[in-house]
Order: sequence, then structure tokens, then C-alpha cells
Amino acid sequence: MTNAQLISQDPGWIIALKGLIIFAACVFLTIMSVWGERRIVARMQQRSGPNRVGKFGLLQALVDGVKLALKEDLIPKAADRIVFVIAPIISTTACFMAFAVIPMTGPVNFFGQQTAMQLTDLSVGVLYVLAIASVGVYGIVLAGWSSGSTYPLLGGLRSSAQVISYEVAMGLSLVAVFIYAGSMSTSEIVAAQDQWWYAVVLFPSFVIYAISMVGETNRAPFDLAEAEGELVGGFHTEYSSLKFALFFLSEYVNIIAVSALATTLFLGGYRALPGLGFTEQWLGGWFTLIWFFVKVLAFFFVFVWLRGTLPRLRYDQFMKFGWKVLIPFSLVWILVVATLRVMSQQNAPRALIFAFVFSVALLYLAVTSLIDRQKTKIAEAAKFIDATQPSFPVPVIPTSRAEQLNG
Amino acid sequence: MINLALDIGTTAAPESYLFYFLAPLSVVAALGMLLVKKAVHSALLLAWVMISLAIFYIAQDALFLGIVQIVVYTGAVMMLFLFILMLVGVDTSDSLEENIPGLRPVSIVAAIGFGGLLVSLIGRATFGRPIYGLSAANAEGNAFGIAEQLFTKYVFAFEVVSALLITAALGAMVLGHSQKSKSKFAQRDLSIARFRKDNLNAAAGLPAAGIYALHNAVDVPALLPTGKAAPTSISNVLQARGDMIESATFQMKSEEEEEK
Repeated sequence: MTNAQLISQDPGWIIALKGLIIFAACVFLTIMSVWGERRIVARMQQRSGPNRVGKFGLLQALVDGVKLALKEDLIPKAADRIVFVIAPIISTTACFMAFAVIPMTGPVNFFGQQTAMQLTDLSVGVLYVLAIASVGVYGIVLAGWSSGSTYPLLGGLRSSAQVISYEVAMGLSLVAVFIYAGSMSTSEIVAAQDQWWYAVVLFPSFVIYAISMVGETNRAPFDLAEAEGELVGGFHTEYSSLKFALFFLSEYVNIIAVSALATTLFLGGYRALPGLGFTEQWLGGWFTLIWFFVKVLAFFFVFVWLRGTLPRLRYDQFMKFGWKVLIPFSLVWILVVATLRVMSQQNAPRALIFAFVFSVALLYLAVTSLIDRQKTKIAEAAKFIDATQPSFPVPVIPTSRAEQLNG
Repeated sequence: MINLALDIGTTAAPESYLFYFLAPLSVVAALGMLLVKKAVHSALLLAWVMISLAIFYIAQDALFLGIVQIVVYTGAVMMLFLFILMLVGVDTSDSLEENIPGLRPVSIVAAIGFGGLLVSLIGRATFGRPIYGLSAANAEGNAFGIAEQLFTKYVFAFEVVSALLITAALGAMVLGHSQKSKSKFAQRDLSIARFRKDNLNAAAGLPAAGIYALHNAVDVPALLPTGKAAPTSISNVLQARGDMIESATFQMKSEEEEEK
């Protein structure tokens, strides 16, 4: 039986219990990932990181949470009180909801009931995650607006522009997966990857998704909405105590959520690494949960690695990259993928497929070389046109013949 | 998946609970959207109306439509609205003065027309011919059914609409585009310009305010080795406004003066 059939047979108490377990796992994972990020970044910067509270400082995030809860909860006078309170709630609620459709295990025995560790299976599950993500951004944008001060407003504006532009690229990167899997349901996409992971088959899509998921979660190097060097704290400047803690929580839950989606769509979800397929049967199928979290945490490590390595992009560079590189590239890629898919469905001869791939590669080379040539041309021309910035001192050129004669 | 929608005229119990819970909320939100003062509040209420509509769609087994409603309307269109509202002004309340003459009769006509349309639609759905075939249309999945209709029967209408949308987007780009006569003087150009000057005094950056002076506020000039104020250390804006603090008071007194 497929996962979807198993899940549809769940009685109510299993659904409730699964919901609770998924929620608890998210919160636990978030707390641990805050600690993990601080330790990893510290190691990358030749420090030791938090190591005082508990063994290896494991309880540090918990203690920080208690500290945040005990702080004074301030609402600025200029703030719009209702929206100010609602914003962190929207942010946190939305990021948890995405986990409902993520398949975490294959078929397992759950308290005597055969089921899969996935809350629900929608036929448009991936679109559902996109929808939830777009609602979650409201939290950030509204927080920025309702604070009634300049830096949060700028942070909120940046965030809304950022999300609109990167959600397009993200959505487009998913289209290729839909075309290949023939479905938008998360469990069927995982099932379709039993031979090859889509990270291999659809490598460009994977790269585009990986870039845009960093942009979508407001993480370094794309953390312009809370750029501390420019905007103090960005959208959450005016937030304190538990409301700030909610934003903090939602940021990390979001990272885990997009990593989980990336795992599901591109890395084969809960399936074992190639060649280790026999492990999927261990522990009555529960070993797949370990594979799932290994992959998710690998993504999380990359997030931390990026933060430890790359400086923040400038805003205009960031926007240019999204609109002028990611989106056109993914549009062309979708065309290529769709053509290949139709060819293979119609049993086109292999020679034709090779010819198509070859001609696409040739076209790519031609276009890039033309663009390069144009760029060098413009650079050459700029040397002569830009008279306001001479490269070396020259005498003023006389404008008329009379001036020349008069000296 | 549980099939929530039944035959026309009957409603499953969970669906009716959902309806009686959400319908008043969405009507109140829709009324509130018209009545609240702040533009952002009404945008938010509109977003809520859209989300509750999406939930209704999902409850009626139109899963794809519901999700796309949230992605497109709540996620993109309303976000753009919010973006513009926030750009235009943080605290602007809608002014109730009518700027465009003759707007009132036009809007009344439009409202009556729209009301008539709604009444006829609801009447047709309630009293008209029975609607059937939902389970047949959803036989191979909701998304599949919509795709099949869109790309076979209605492909021409679909293409026309997409051409219209692309034209609108291009038009907006053309209208919003302004050709710059000179390229923007950006960070890189500034950096190049700094090194192409005659003297390279400022190549490493201008002196910061307050260096060697008694205070390090932005309006206190730095002091040169001679004890004179360095004018380049203060922002031009402050100098023009006259907000600069008199540098003489911060100059080191020479030893001769102290002897006196």
C-alpha cells in the first residue's frame, strides 16, 4: 500500500498523536539547532561557543528561552497594538503548518496500527507548503509595519520584496520536479525517486531551489530584512521578550521546514542513501526516520556553513540576481525539461534526444559568448564616453575654431 | 482522501460546521474592510477574506483552486498591495473626500449590477438545473481534472488570458521604466573616482569626526597636527545647515597662550 492509502485509514487518535509528535519534534529540533548553529559557527571562527550550561552547553538554548520569557514585554507607543501582537503569531503558526505534508518515514507500525509518519497527504502538497510560506511572510511584513518606526519598516519592505521575487524562482524550480514525478503530492514525489534522486536528475532545479530557500528564510547571505549593520534588527527591532522569542523560533522552524521540503523533493525523502536500501527495513521501518533527519540536518549544516562563510549581499545585487539570473534561467530549464519529458514519453529515438541536448548546449554556449562579447564592447565604449571621469589629466579640448585660433 | 462534498443540496456535517463558523467571520471581515480607517488594516481584512474563501474551496473539494487562491491572491497580490501601502505612507488614513467627480453614480450602477449578478448566480445554483458530475470531474484528482479542461477544451481562452496578462505586465514595465541619461554613480565608480584624483590624500577615506578633538560627536571636526580643524571630517550636510560646532573651542591652546 502506498503512504497516501495508509494515511487515509488513520483513526482520529493517531492523527492527533502524530500532530502532537510532529509539533514537539519541531520545537525540540529548533532548540537543538540553535545550540548546534552557535557551536558550529564558533568552531568555524576558532572559538568554542556556548559550553557552560549542561554537557557541551546543550541546555544553552533552553536557558536562553527562559531568559527571553522573563524579560519585560515592551510595546512601543507608536505601534499599532493589534497588528503588533498578531504578527509574531502569524509567523510562528505558519511555519509549523508546513510540516503537515512532509513524509518522514515509510510504512511503519505505530502503536499497533500500520501507518506512515506523515500527518496528511494532499494531492497538491508541495503547493500547500508554498501557500503556507507565503502566508508566513505576512508575519514579518506586518511586524515591520506595525512597529511604527523606521528600521523595522525598511526591514519589512525589504522582506516583502525579497519574498515576492524569490518565491517566483522557488516555484519555478519545483515545476521540473512536478513534471518528472507526474504529481504534486509529497509522498508520490518521494516514491518516484526510488531509482534516482531528483538532485541528480534535475540538478539545476536543485541548485535554484537551494539558493531561493536561503532567500526565502531570510538567512545569511540573504538576511537583508534584518541586516544588523544597516537596520539595527530589521523587522524585529522593536520586539522583546516572548514576542521576539516567537520570531526566533519561527526562523529556525522555517529553516528546518525548507530543508525538509528540499529533502523530500530532491534527496529522496526518507529513503536510504543509494546502495543502503536494506536499512529501510530496520527497526520495522522506523530507521527511515533517521535517514530523513540525517538529510535535513545536512541541509541545516549547509545553512550554518553559508552564514559562517559568506558576507551579506547588497540589496540591489540580491534583487538583480533573483530577477535577472534565477528566474530566466529556471524558465529556460523548464522548457528543456518539458521537451525531454515529452520526448521520453513518446518513445523518441535516442539519437533525437541526444541531438536535442546537444543543440541546447550549443545554444547556451552561443548566447553566453554573445553576451560576453557585448559586455566587453560596452566596457570598451565606456572608456571613451565617460568624459566626466578622465583616466589621466588631459588639456581641455577647445570647443570652437575661434577659440582654437585665439589660443 | 476524504470526500467532503456531497450531492448538491446536502452538506456533510463537518462542512456545515466549518461553514457556520467561517462564514460570519468572513462577512464581518469583508464589512470591516470597507469600514476601517487605516489602509493596511483593510488590506489585512481582505487577506483574511481571501484565506477563508480558499478554505471554503478546499471544503468543496476544489483543493487545487483553494491552494492556488492562497498562493496567488494572499501570497502575491495582497503582498504587493501591502508593499505599496507601506511605501506610500505608514500612518496614512484614507481621506474621505471624493477626488474624482461623478464617481458616486458610476459606483452605484456597478454595485447594483454586481448585486444582480450575485443574485442570479445564487438563484441559478439553488433553484436552477441540478449540477452534477463533480465526482466524475475529480475522478483522476482535482489538479488533473482542471489541467485537462484548461489544456484541451479551454486552451484558446487560456492562451488569450495569458497573452493579456503578459501584455499588461509588459505595459507596466514600459510605463514604469525611465531611461537614465547617465549611468548611476555607484559604489564602484566612487571608489574608482577616489583613486583617479590628483592627490591621494582622501584615497584611504576622509578623516572621521572628532579625531584628536575633545569630543567625538559627528558635529565636532577632527584636529589636524597643527591644531586646526579639518573641514573634510564633517559631513557637508551638517556644514550647510550650520550645525557644526565651532571648532575653535576644541582647538588645543598653544603653549604661548597658556603662559599668558
